[in-house]
Amino acid sequence: MKKLFASLLAAFALVTGAQAAGGDLVLDKFPKERVTDLAALQNGAKIFANYCLNCHAAAFMRFNRLKDIGLTEQQIKDNLLFPTDKVGDVMKVSLNPKDAKDWFGGVPPDLTLVARSRASHSGSGADYLYTYLRTFYRDDTKATGWNNLTFPNVGMPHVLWELQGQRSAKFIDVADPHDPAKKVHKFDGFEQLTPGTLSPQEFDSSMADLVAYLQWMGEPVQNQRTRIGVGVLIFLAIFTFIAWRLNAAYWKDVK
Amino acid sequence: MAEMKQAPAGAGAGEKLLTWVDNRFPATKLWNEHVGEYYAPKNFNFWYFFGSLALLVLVIQIVTGIFLVMNYKPDAELAFASVEYIMRDVPWGWLIRYMHSTGASAFFVVVYLHMYRGLIYGSYRTPRELVWIFGCLIFLCLMAEAFMGYLLPWGQMSYWGAQVIINLFAAIPFVGPDLAILIRGDYVVGDATLNRFFALHVIAVPLVLLGLVVAHIIALHEVGSNNPDGVEIKQGPKDAKGNPVDGVPFHPYYSVHDLLGVGGFLFVFSAVVFFAPELGGYFLERPNFIPADPFKTPAHIAPVWYFTPFYSMLRATTDDLVNVLAVLIGLGAVLNLVKGAGTGKSKVTGLVIAVVVIALLKTFEAKFWGVAVMGGAVVILAGLPWFDKSPVRSIRYRPSWHKIVYGVFVVNFCILGYLGVQPPSPTGELVSQVGTLLYFGFFVLMPWWSQLGSFKPVPDRITFTPH
Repeated sequence: MKKLFASLLAAFALVTGAQAAGGDLVLDKFPKERVTDLAALQNGAKIFANYCLNCHAAAFMRFNRLKDIGLTEQQIKDNLLFPTDKVGDVMKVSLNPKDAKDWFGGVPPDLTLVARSRASHSGSGADYLYTYLRTFYRDDTKATGWNNLTFPNVGMPHVLWELQGQRSAKFIDVADPHDPAKKVHKFDGFEQLTPGTLSPQEFDSSMADLVAYLQWMGEPVQNQRTRIGVGVLIFLAIFTFIAWRLNAAYWKDVK
Repeated sequence: MAEMKQAPAGAGAGEKLLTWVDNRFPATKLWNEHVGEYYAPKNFNFWYFFGSLALLVLVIQIVTGIFLVMNYKPDAELAFASVEYIMRDVPWGWLIRYMHSTGASAFFVVVYLHMYRGLIYGSYRTPRELVWIFGCLIFLCLMAEAFMGYLLPWGQMSYWGAQVIINLFAAIPFVGPDLAILIRGDYVVGDATLNRFFALHVIAVPLVLLGLVVAHIIALHEVGSNNPDGVEIKQGPKDAKGNPVDGVPFHPYYSVHDLLGVGGFLFVFSAVVFFAPELGGYFLERPNFIPADPFKTPAHIAPVWYFTPFYSMLRATTDDLVNVLAVLIGLGAVLNLVKGAGTGKSKVTGLVIAVVVIALLKTFEAKFWGVAVMGGAVVILAGLPWFDKSPVRSIRYRPSWHKIVYGVFVVNFCILGYLGVQPPSPTGELVSQVGTLLYFGFFVLMPWWSQLGSFKPVPDRITFTPH
């Protein structure tokens, strides 16, 4: 199973996403099975608390809801709470909005519902996030020193750079498909400048875990919802069948 | 005081209680008149499920609405968070929220199909004009109810959708700007707007809706239901008790029949609620998962899918289309003058009205006429009983090509809906303009085309195959 994952992720690593030639995003596919994988969700929660929660808030998500993904209250208190939080609190942060504007140009958005709001015709919100987190590249023309293929000129630096290492993006000029006289920048691959602490496959897997957590956090009840739904539909199928035969029985004598 | 009826000797407690009530309130009488001995035609088909389903969805919306209001906070600072609180912390709150959001879309699916049935079987014709008019009023109230309900989650689309539509009302001549302030409760959409929309959505419009639904059903029961053949069962043979032979009492025949419809509907409804509550962003729109921000306009503001056909017509009404309308009205008046069937006086009146309308079209801005077209597209439905001059009621006995006309109308409506979801484009604008003219043409020209063609002979009795 690990080998299968590794080879799948190798394939993902090669397909560097968001070749945004012409306006429509091309997004990588997020491995959906991770959202029902408790280990993946717990790892994602860990990455989220360690890397994201310093600037981004998740103001509608309560810490103790993490029990739904298999953590005990003690584990949450020991590993995920900042010292001043109570386990029943929501994931607010104390980043001063004025500081945020000075440092990043704006307040980092709340992430509780980001997987639901980022869906589009190009793919699901999880697809977007999975691609976004893996397409940062070094750009010395930007204040943070980083740019992103999926969200050009984003104000967010590559917070996870130590894990992925530093990469630069190569662009080549090709003829514009709509107008042969013009030229357009086309993305032509990443170049690894310094290595990260994780291999590309491990990084992709970590990002998949993080996105799985973000997807789950957007609607924590989603896994139970579908499970209950199966039972409801089975009941209604039987109900409708019986109603159909009852109707036939009453109408049998109508001539 | 009238003489009170006595329960028969040896009657059980239940019967005695019923007699006591019947002496003071027409309980049994109402039951018999509207359910137990209300005779409905026996040839109802699939299209006749949607009336009872509309009633079911109304009940679903009211009951889920009541439970939502127990935890929802109608304050601009608190509204969005309170919806997430319902989704996460209220036991089964997520289910109630999804049922209410899916129910809103389901209401329009059911109502559009219900109206379509009325259209094809001539259910709006004499003596059922008032049933139809009450129905049109219900449709208008439903649109208002949905529009105001959509503001309540206070997401980006809630806020900006409301901003766009209320600004349109400001385009109404003379009263527009003041009307917009009255609707908003402020100079911009804000907390005041949220508060009054909450009051209207939760109690005012639902009360009006309930009253109209009762009137709609009473008007129907007064004259009796139509049927797919368009043949009046009351004019057919009667049985020994005086009930139409071609009818069956609503209970138990249609109460059980409608139960089947309810089962099927709930299956589809539950599939959406439990497996795809967002339905690809059409039932719960993506930008609405971002709290309202007056300083950030979304890239693409569009109303929810059920408003999009009318939104398309609004966007299509540009200066060009206004000119086209002016020309068409002028042509219509001239045609009426030359070939019209009315008196000379009515022809001159028609010409004067046309001149006045053309003058107004050129005076007021196209933005206002867009609002007028959008409103007119809904209101024109009410005129259907008087536009339809066909000698037969039901589409079954009309010339076959009439079916194509109805088909074009429906496909056109769907195309307008699709275009309303898309961002504006030059091709889209042209197609919507043609679509708008087609939509209005269907109604305005109906007195003419509904009489054309060779009609099939209408049977004396309904066609029914026992099953």
